[in-house]
Amino acid sequence: MVGAGLVVIGVGMGIGRIGGSAMEAIGRQPDAYGKIQTAMLIAAALVEGIGFAALFAV
Amino acid sequence: MLKKANAIPLYVFAFFFTSLTSLAKENQSGKDLKTEIKNYISHHLEDAHDFSLFSFTNNLGKHVYVGIPLPVILWDEGLKVFSSSKLKHGEGVVKKGSSFYKLEHGKIYKTDSKGKINYDENNHPTNKLPIDLSITKGVVSMLIIAFLMFFLFASLAKSYKENHGIPKGIGRFFEPIVLYVRDEIARPNIGEKKYSYYMNFLLTVFFFIWFLNLLGLTPLGVNVTGNISVTFGLALLTFLVTNLTGTKTYWFHILDPLGNSMKWYSKIPLYIILIPIELLGILIKPFSLLIRLYANMQAGHIVLMSLIGLMFIFKSWLGSPLSFGLAFAISIIELLVALLQAYIFTMLSALYFGFAAEDHEHH
Repeated sequence: MVGAGLVVIGVGMGIGRIGGSAMEAIGRQPDAYGKIQTAMLIAAALVEGIGFAALFAV
Repeated sequence: MLKKANAIPLYVFAFFFTSLTSLAKENQSGKDLKTEIKNYISHHLEDAHDFSLFSFTNNLGKHVYVGIPLPVILWDEGLKVFSSSKLKHGEGVVKKGSSFYKLEHGKIYKTDSKGKINYDENNHPTNKLPIDLSITKGVVSMLIIAFLMFFLFASLAKSYKENHGIPKGIGRFFEPIVLYVRDEIARPNIGEKKYSYYMNFLLTVFFFIWFLNLLGLTPLGVNVTGNISVTFGLALLTFLVTNLTGTKTYWFHILDPLGNSMKWYSKIPLYIILIPIELLGILIKPFSLLIRLYANMQAGHIVLMSLIGLMFIFKSWLGSPLSFGLAFAISIIELLVALLQAYIFTMLSALYFGFAAEDHEHH
C-alpha cells in the first residue's frame, strides 16, 4: 500500500514535469504547439501506465 | 434546438439520482455499509448477463431488479440458449435438456437439480464451467455502438456525396475530428505514401473506443472499455495489423537490427540479447496498449463510484454536496480522459503501423 502511494507520488511528479516542460517549450516555440502537445501526451501516457501497473498490483 | 439540448443533461442527472436513492434504500437491510458499497462497485465493474438499470428492496423485503434480460448462450455438449431472466440473479436454477445451470458471482456454473455449488478450500467453486458465449451487457453495448457508428458514418458519407463535399448537420462536428485523425495522427506517423491503407482501421478504432468510453460515463452503468477482454481484442487487432502488414525492412529491423555496420561474427554476442528483446517488443507494444486503456477506464469508474459512495458514508448535510461536487469534477475529467484514451490508442497504433510500413529509402 505504501509502495503504491510512493509510485503515485512519483507518477504525479513525472507527469507534472512533463506538463511543465511542455508548457515551457510551447512558450519558446509557439509554432510547434501541435507537435509538442502530441509528444507530451505520449510521454504522459507512458508514465501513467506505470502508475496504473502499480495500483493494480496492490 | 437549444432548449432540447439543455434538457438532456437534466434528464441524465435525474436518472442518475433515481439509481442512487435505490442504493440508499438498500442500506436499510442492515449489512455493513462499506462492504456493500464495495460490492456495488465491483458489481458495476463486471460484465453482467442482463442489462439491469437499478434495483431496490420493496415493502415485502424482496429484492426487485429493473432491467432488460439478455439471451444466455452456452456451449455444453450442444448449444443451450435461454433467457437470463430465468437465472433470477443467482437465485434460480435453470433446467435445459438434462443439465442444470446456476449463476454464481457473475459466472454460470453447471450444477445438480438443486443448484448446489461446491467450493474448494480457497472458496473457489469447483463446479464445471460451460463455455459461455452469452450476449452480455458489454456485448450489447458494443453492438449498439457498432450499429450507431455504421449508420452515422454511412449517412455522413452519403450526405457528402449529395452536397458535393460540403459537410452538413452532424458532419460539421465530425469532419474536423476525422481530419485530425488523418492529418495529425496518421500522416506524420505512417508517412505520406501508405497512411491511407491504415486510415479505416484508425478511424474505426478511434470512434469505437471514444463512443464506448462515453457510453461508460452514462448512468446506464456499462463498463466496456474497462473490461480487459475488450481491450485485449482491440490490442490484438493492432498487433495483427502491425505484423501482417510489416514490410521486409520492418522484419530486418527486428531480426538484424545492426545491419551492415558490423561483421557477422561480432554481431553474434550482441544478438543473443538484442533479438529476444526485439521479439519481446512486438508483444509488449500491444500489451501496453491493452493495459493502458483497461486501467484508465477501470480506475476512472472506481474513483467515480467511490466518490458517490462517500455520500452514504458521511451521512451528514456536508457529505452530499461534497460527494456531488467531487463526482461532478471527476466526471468532467473523465469526459476528457474518454477522448484522450481513444486518441492515445489510435496515436500509438499509428506509430506502430509506421514502424511496420517503413521502407528502405527512409534511411
